[in-house]
Parts: sequence; structure tokens; C-alpha cells
Amino acid sequence: MQNTVHKLVLEDLTCRFDDLTVCDGINLSVDAGEMICLIGASGSGKSTLLRCINLLEPIDSGHIWLDGEDISIPGLDPKPYRKRIGIVFQSFNLFPHMSVMQNICLAPKRVLGIAASETEAMAIELLAQFGLKDKAREYPDRLSGGQQQRVAIVRALAMQPEIMLLDEITSALDPELVGEVLAVVKALKDQNMTIVLATHEMAFAREVADRVCFLDGGKILETASPEEMFSNPRETRTREFLHRIL
Amino acid sequence: MSQLSPRKRYEQQERRRSLLIATASLLSVCAALYYFVPKAPGWDAVKRSFFNWPILEKTFPTLLKAFLWDIAIFAWSLPLIMVLALAIALCRNVRKPALFPLRVFGALYTDIFRGVPIILLVYLIGFGVPGLGLSRPWNSPYLWGTVTLVLTYSAYVAEVLRSGIESVHKSQRAASESLGLSEADTMRYVILPQAIRRQVPAMMNFVIALQKDVALLSFIGPVELLRQANVYKSLMANFTPYVGAAIIFLCVTIPATRYADYLLAKQRSVRT
Repeated sequence: MQNTVHKLVLEDLTCRFDDLTVCDGINLSVDAGEMICLIGASGSGKSTLLRCINLLEPIDSGHIWLDGEDISIPGLDPKPYRKRIGIVFQSFNLFPHMSVMQNICLAPKRVLGIAASETEAMAIELLAQFGLKDKAREYPDRLSGGQQQRVAIVRALAMQPEIMLLDEITSALDPELVGEVLAVVKALKDQNMTIVLATHEMAFAREVADRVCFLDGGKILETASPEEMFSNPRETRTREFLHRIL
Repeated sequence: MSQLSPRKRYEQQERRRSLLIATASLLSVCAALYYFVPKAPGWDAVKRSFFNWPILEKTFPTLLKAFLWDIAIFAWSLPLIMVLALAIALCRNVRKPALFPLRVFGALYTDIFRGVPIILLVYLIGFGVPGLGLSRPWNSPYLWGTVTLVLTYSAYVAEVLRSGIESVHKSQRAASESLGLSEADTMRYVILPQAIRRQVPAMMNFVIALQKDVALLSFIGPVELLRQANVYKSLMANFTPYVGAAIIFLCVTIPATRYADYLLAKQRSVRT
């Protein structure tokens, strides 16, 4: 039995696509209210790792412990765990045929069985909190990328998850829209949400992360506090990566 | 008047020129047809037996009335087709191993009913099933004709729906499942609505084809438009009622085709 002090524990997590080992023995523990930033080059395994935690990608070996419970046992129904772990994707993936309100309310209604009036009230509140109150009746194609991504975050939050996984959520945005989305993430952190964020926004990672993990070739090469990671990285590969990107 | 930019002026000139040429070309073809066709040796006979105005005048109202049957058969077949097609398309998409027989059934169904000419099925079902000696309401050609149309068309529409379902990007499925929605809910709320919307223009083509293919039922009994025209042809020894029937069909199918084109064009212009 894993100790239950940590919210989320990844133990020797390995995920392969055919011959390609995308996540190669990942070990990581995340405490409640902690914010972890995953950095690393494209293809280093950040996105796949997040998809594995959300049980969208089956893992080949290792364990994922959520509150001390192994949720990675093959054949386990992923649905009860997915509703406790929200994920937001790089490409928003809003449902284009539904209004903002319908996008947000679908899962709480169908999965949690919350009454329509109640989910709508909650949706309005969340939208207001993130400056989207007047967009409730709009359809996704009428929103800017930044607004769509904020709606996607609200959609995940409406399930009242215990952990939020954010997968390069600003990478598909125009530079001037990145700030509004990061502000939302910052607000989440301030509300003590447990967050694992894969990002290329180094300045943001440095500002808000509790710990930063550098991934390379499917392995966590180095985990450190942001100050240490960005000012005095231990590994040569980390130094090279940061040098290239900063 | 002369605020037009040089480019606009040039484009306007070009437009006028194209319009002029198109009109002239069309008119000359029509004139040639008008002049040369009556010169054919059998023209007077053809005119008498195909384009006979008094006969058309006399038969047209009854033909129109018979067309009501086509509309009725079409109207009650269409919803049945949509429902059955959806069921078949979903059969072909089930993933659970226990439901594998449904997959096989769906595949066989679409293969068989798309692989046989409709007219052959009309004969087989329309004559075959009542041949079992069924009693009064159950031997109606209207009933078995409808069954044939529904069976055949739902196979085609099911394939259209299935390709629509497969065209919805897998990230939509991931987004839905990441929220904890079940597979059934994901299909019902996320995948299907997008698939159906995407395939409306393609389905319109089958709707138009169905309206015409109702006429095939004339071979097993229902006195609809084609059958009625056939009766008049025999009665009057004249083919004009067929021309009348063709005109009636065109009055419905041409607007429907234009509407389908419009839907397609609209869909193409939508950003995705």
C-alpha cells in the first residue's frame, strides 16, 4: 500500500506505442494543492504522461496511485477516476455543436447526475469568475482561441475535479491571448487546486510552479524547485534545453 | 459612375462579355434543335404519341392525383429509413465483444441490400412475401413495397452515417471520455450530432433518389404515378402520359436537388 500522504503518485510508469517507449519509468509524487510543471522538448513524453494519468492512454507497466488507490490496474473502469481528474487539451476540443453552456453542463448532468438548474447556476458562476459570463449562449466557433481555452478549463472544472491536468494549453494560442489563459491557471493555483501542467511558457513555470520536472526521452531527468531549475540546472541536457529555449 | 477602379471596370467588362457569349451560345443551340429536330422523318409520329397536348390535358389531373400515392409512400418510408439506418450504423460501431454478432449483422446487411438491384428486391419481396398466402391487410403491395424501400435505402443511409461517425475527430471522443462520459453518452451527445450534421447534404441525395424510386413499386401493384401513366398509355395507345409523369417527377426532384446543392455549398463555406 502506498502512503496516502500524496494526492497522486506515479510509480515506474511506462507507456509504449509499438516499439516507441514514450514514457519510460516515470516516478513522481504530487501533493494536494501542489503545482507541478512539466517542461521538455516536443516528443519528450509530457502530453502522453498526462493522457496516461487521465487513463486515456493505457500504461504498459508501473502504477498510478490516486489517494493511495491504484487506478492503473488493467481492466479497471476508468470513468469514476476520470471524473476526479480533469484534463484540458492543447487544441481545446470543445464540442462545436453545443453552446458554451451546453459544453459545460453535459458531463455534470450525465455523469454526476446533477439537476440542470444547479449545473447551469454553477456554470454561470464559473464563467463569471473567468470573465466569460456573456459568452454562455455563444457557440465555440464564435469565440477567440483564448476564450475557447478558458471555456475548456471551465468545462473541466464543472466536474469539480481533485486534480487538473493541463496539456500545453497555451501552445495553440496567438501570443496576445496566452496571458488571459495563464491568468486562469494562476487563479486555480491560488484556490489550491492540484495541478500538473505541461508547458513551454518557462517564465510562467518559474513564477507559479512548486516544482518543475524536466522530461527528456520519456524520462524525468531532473526535478527541482523553479529557482534551481532555471538558474542552476544539474543536468547537461536540462542546461542545453533551457539554453535553446530561453 | 467613373469611381470604379480600373480593376473593377475590367472585371465588369469581362462579366458582361461572358454573359453575352453564354446567352448567344445557348440561343444558337436551342435554335438549331428547334430547326433540325422537326426535320427528322418520324417527327410527326413522335409528336403525336409523346407530345400530344389534348391527351396531356385530359390525363394530367388524374396523374397528379396518383402522384399523391408517391408522396405518401415517400413520406412514411423516410422516417422509417432514418431510424433503421441509424440502428444499422450503430450496430457497425459497437465495440463490445459480446455484441460482435451485431457488427457482423450490420456488415452483412449493408453488403446485401446495397449489392442487389432495387427492382429485383421489389419483385422478390413484393411478390414473394404475399405469396406465403397472408390474409387481407398483410398481403398489401403497399406494405411490402414500403418494406423493400426501407430495407434498401437504410443500407445506403447507414453507410453515409457510418462514414460521418468515423469522420468526427478522435480528439472529440477523448474530450468526452476525459470528462467521464460513458461510451453510449459520448456517441449520443458528442459524436452522432456532429456526424449527422456533417452528412445532411449526402443524405439529401438519397432522399431525392427515394422520391423517384417509389415509382418502382408500380411493378407490384400500387396505382401510383407511373402505374397510372402506364394505364393511360395502354388505354389511349399514346405515350404522352409518360411525359406527363416525367414532368411531375421533375417538378419535385429539381428543386430538391438545388436545395441539396445549396446545403453542400453552405457546408463547404463553413470554417471547420
